[in-house]
Amino acid sequence: MMQRHHRASYDSEMSPPEPQRPAKPATVYYYGTCLVDLFFPEAGLSGIRLLQREGIRVIFRQGQTCCGQPAFNSGYHDQARAVARAQIDLFPGSEPIVVPSGSCAAMMKRHYPALFEGDPRAEEAEAFAARVFELTQFLSNVLDIQLADRGEKVRVTWHPSCHALREMEIGDEPKRLLAQLANVELVPLSRERECCGFGGTFAVRHPEISAAMVEDKAGDVLSTGAPIVLSGDGGCLLNIGGRLAAMGRPVGARHVAEFLWERTRER
Amino acid sequence: MSAEGPSPAFRPAAAAALKNPQLRANFRRAMDGLMAKRAAVFADPVEWRDLRALGSAIRARTLARLPELLERLEQSCLRHGIRVRWAETTEEANAIVLEILKAHGATHVVKGKSMVSEEMHLNDFLEEHGIESLESDLGEYIIQLDGETPSHIIMPAIHKNRQQIARLFGQKIREARYTEDVDELTAIARRVLRKKFFEAEAGISGVNFAVAETGTLCLVENEGNGRMSTHVPPVHIALMGIEKVVEKLEDVPPLYSLLTRSATGQTITTYFNMITGPRGQGEKDGPTEVHLVILDNGRSRIFADTELSATLKCIRCGACMNHCPVYTRIGGHAYEAVYPGPIGKILTPQTEGVGRRHDLLEASSLCGACVEVCPVEIPIVELLVRLRREAVQGDRSSAVLQAGQGRHVLEDVTWSLWEATHRYPSLYRLMAFAATRLRRLLPSGLPVLSAWTSVRATPRPASRTLHELVRKAGVPDA
Repeated sequence: MMQRHHRASYDSEMSPPEPQRPAKPATVYYYGTCLVDLFFPEAGLSGIRLLQREGIRVIFRQGQTCCGQPAFNSGYHDQARAVARAQIDLFPGSEPIVVPSGSCAAMMKRHYPALFEGDPRAEEAEAFAARVFELTQFLSNVLDIQLADRGEKVRVTWHPSCHALREMEIGDEPKRLLAQLANVELVPLSRERECCGFGGTFAVRHPEISAAMVEDKAGDVLSTGAPIVLSGDGGCLLNIGGRLAAMGRPVGARHVAEFLWERTRER
Repeated sequence: MSAEGPSPAFRPAAAAALKNPQLRANFRRAMDGLMAKRAAVFADPVEWRDLRALGSAIRARTLARLPELLERLEQSCLRHGIRVRWAETTEEANAIVLEILKAHGATHVVKGKSMVSEEMHLNDFLEEHGIESLESDLGEYIIQLDGETPSHIIMPAIHKNRQQIARLFGQKIREARYTEDVDELTAIARRVLRKKFFEAEAGISGVNFAVAETGTLCLVENEGNGRMSTHVPPVHIALMGIEKVVEKLEDVPPLYSLLTRSATGQTITTYFNMITGPRGQGEKDGPTEVHLVILDNGRSRIFADTELSATLKCIRCGACMNHCPVYTRIGGHAYEAVYPGPIGKILTPQTEGVGRRHDLLEASSLCGACVEVCPVEIPIVELLVRLRREAVQGDRSSAVLQAGQGRHVLEDVTWSLWEATHRYPSLYRLMAFAATRLRRLLPSGLPVLSAWTSVRATPRPASRTLHELVRKAGVPDA
């Protein structure tokens, strides 16, 4: 059996974990992820701004690239391990590593230990994994961030990513953050917990099935009437946003970090 | 099933299913109903967590002692007069069943629902040997009339709606008049089957749990057809896979509760049969002979791997398919496998080969909805990823069937290039620079991109990477 303590318990649906509140650190590392780097850099920067505003020193290692998940999920574990090793090398010390993606955070937190099982650097990978936080989890559970809304009235809907829900076990943290914004009304999706069909390489390996899934998700978004769909994962946003754009619908798919920062920044 | 012959056509079958609005509507409606029913009976999260942990532990404990428990099961069965036969392959299992039927001169058989018999393609085999094998479970009866296989392991005819069944009955059953009334349709099937139960010289059933300590064969059902099939004909043949054994009677109630609640949202089924041998002296009913056929069919190979053996914890509730966003959209037949859905995706490639069924391994977004509801905590997503690795990076030292045979040169090259660009920051920076500066020039004719843009706008990288924005903003590198 794979070591049990690394396996996600997958019961976030039923029992959200008690928010444990570790002491607020002076410094954190920020792991931008390759999708945010290339497609949502403003969202990535917004996450850094939110952390800095809380008085935290944020380090962004310029050598960082990708967590290795695409190769890992495709079965190419030798390649994934080589890339993962290069990432681990960049983050010495014990500071938390904050990631604006539930999926990439889950790769590093949940799957690095398995990926390095039997590897000489297994212990290092375990220690690294223990330091990984998803951004909204960190803002909510560690920093207990207080947000003051400065934006106009707006309705939004929320798509939780599967890996955030079921591997990072993120419960209502993102929604609690949004609930602090006085002028933001959250309209839930009717099938909030259903996968949008991205699944990394799944979207191009089985494009017809993926298409059927994202068509339904986009339909669900549209039926809320909200002009903005928010998520904490770049993959879902590319997928849902790409579908909405192809339909010619003026609904924006935006990263929650960018939304939180834009609505609360002092101008 | 075997690893021989061309790969089944999953992709075209899935594509065809996606274009069938009736099929999609049938599945969506049915799965929505099943999900709601399950959620209602597991409303208490603490009870769910505890019961699931117990069920998972029972299954894990059973598997840890599988060979020993199977031997004990055989001894216990023999004590009550249940004759036990072992079959390594489905061919052997079919031959055993035929031998028993021939010894009794049986030409008519009634069957209760059994997925193992689907593995054996038993109905076809018996027909070839001049024996009529009639399915008595209503869903199985419907699809047998239409010459189909089950599209779901619990609800085999779930792909059909009421009107489709009404038309089928109208065409295929001589004495039936056309009706769309569910009760009337059920009554028609009941009349046909009732006669057959008394004509049949043998009844065949599956097994949900086989208790090693007592030699009890447990059968879970709702229609009474299971009891009729196993008690009315003079001979009863029960079929089970080697993983169906449990240690003791106490193990049954939690697993039974998890099974029915996960499968159909029932707290209990209408019938729960506990079969402990043929008719005793002075008893007035029951078969005079009971046979138990225990089938391996690739399970020992799965059992041999400490991680993959979790596949055998499955109690066949079907919750994974009910909650699967892929299954909901393509239905069960598209998988071209006896077991569809998430459990089929990890089971079928292990029994038919990870090379031959690589397509199934890839047909998952790894969303984990199945893992969340699995009543015995099978880590389906982790096993899928493990099997994907076995398919492309496994070698001869692996116990997995066809390890390494899912490799393609183009994929190998792609991931080696990916490794290089993501291992060396300077290469990554160059690639990211090119992607952002040439963002409008990305060729949309690339196969990967055209798969993406079939229903989505072309993705455009941002004009500057996060790395650049961060440098400009003065965020420190160390």
